[in-house]
Amino acid sequence: MTGELGRYLAMGGYAAFVWPAYGVALGGLGGLAWCSWRRYRASAAALERLQRELGTR
Amino acid sequence: MINRLANPARFMRTSATALPWCGWSAAGVLAVGLYWALVAAPPDYQQGEAVRIMYIHVPSAWMALGVYLFVAVASGVALVWRHPLAEIAAAAAAPIGAAFTFVCLATGSLWGRPMWGTWWVWDARLTSVLVLLFLYLGYIALVNAFDEPSRGAKAGSVLALVGVVNLPIIKFSVDWWNTLHQPASVMRLGGPRIDVSLLVPLLMMAAGFLLLFLALLMLRMRAALNERKAFALHLNSEFAPARAAAREHAAPAQPAVSSGGR
Repeated sequence: MTGELGRYLAMGGYAAFVWPAYGVALGGLGGLAWCSWRRYRASAAALERLQRELGTR
Repeated sequence: MINRLANPARFMRTSATALPWCGWSAAGVLAVGLYWALVAAPPDYQQGEAVRIMYIHVPSAWMALGVYLFVAVASGVALVWRHPLAEIAAAAAAPIGAAFTFVCLATGSLWGRPMWGTWWVWDARLTSVLVLLFLYLGYIALVNAFDEPSRGAKAGSVLALVGVVNLPIIKFSVDWWNTLHQPASVMRLGGPRIDVSLLVPLLMMAAGFLLLFLALLMLRMRAALNERKAFALHLNSEFAPARAAAREHAAPAQPAVSSGGR
């Protein structure tokens, strides 16, 4: 089992290229998604707070 | 459909429903696509397991080009019809396109090292995609360079439209010049030249990236609309006393009872 997993992770000798490529995609797109989500949450909270303060809801 | 959505309030209502669907669909399609790409798809007879890089490199390249076209069209609509939602859509899409372009360049470099023996070469395809990344970054910098958002958006829109000339250069660079990069093997006249066992996961990942783009676009547009609304409310509350004073000053107090002249 371990040998099979090891063989799979080795990617036929291309592990040093395949896994970083997927890591870059996950980091780049996942990072953007995370930042976008945080910005959206912050903007929605700020708008709600302002509307409550001004009583314009 | 686009006409009906081209209203900020209606967009907020529609996207509130569409966003979770789009986001969860993207997650599901990408999960299946990743399983197919990393486990189920067979290795290539020449490239071996290194071909698995293709499943993120090629869809991100398609998205890099497609999103730029979207930014350019939205910029054109914003310039001609002065539609604020088009302006917001272009500005929201640009960072997503830049991220796809970055992923395309980085994964291409990681694929090129074992296949070509080099991380980078200044051939027409690679150089024109690098120019695309600079166009995205230039657009983002320009849009955010002005205190007044509309001036930044106008300058950015002009740059986005001028940059469209780079898209056919990227697409046909492999035909017009002698490049190390291979010619098109999926989007070509005469149909794809790639085996179905590799093509299906590739298209699955492309569908996942497209859904991810739509979800992120809606999320970023909703954030920008919230920020604009908050800014307008803030300005309104700041200047409300001054406006009231100006109104009082301009119009002297009316008599409580009409003189009955009319």
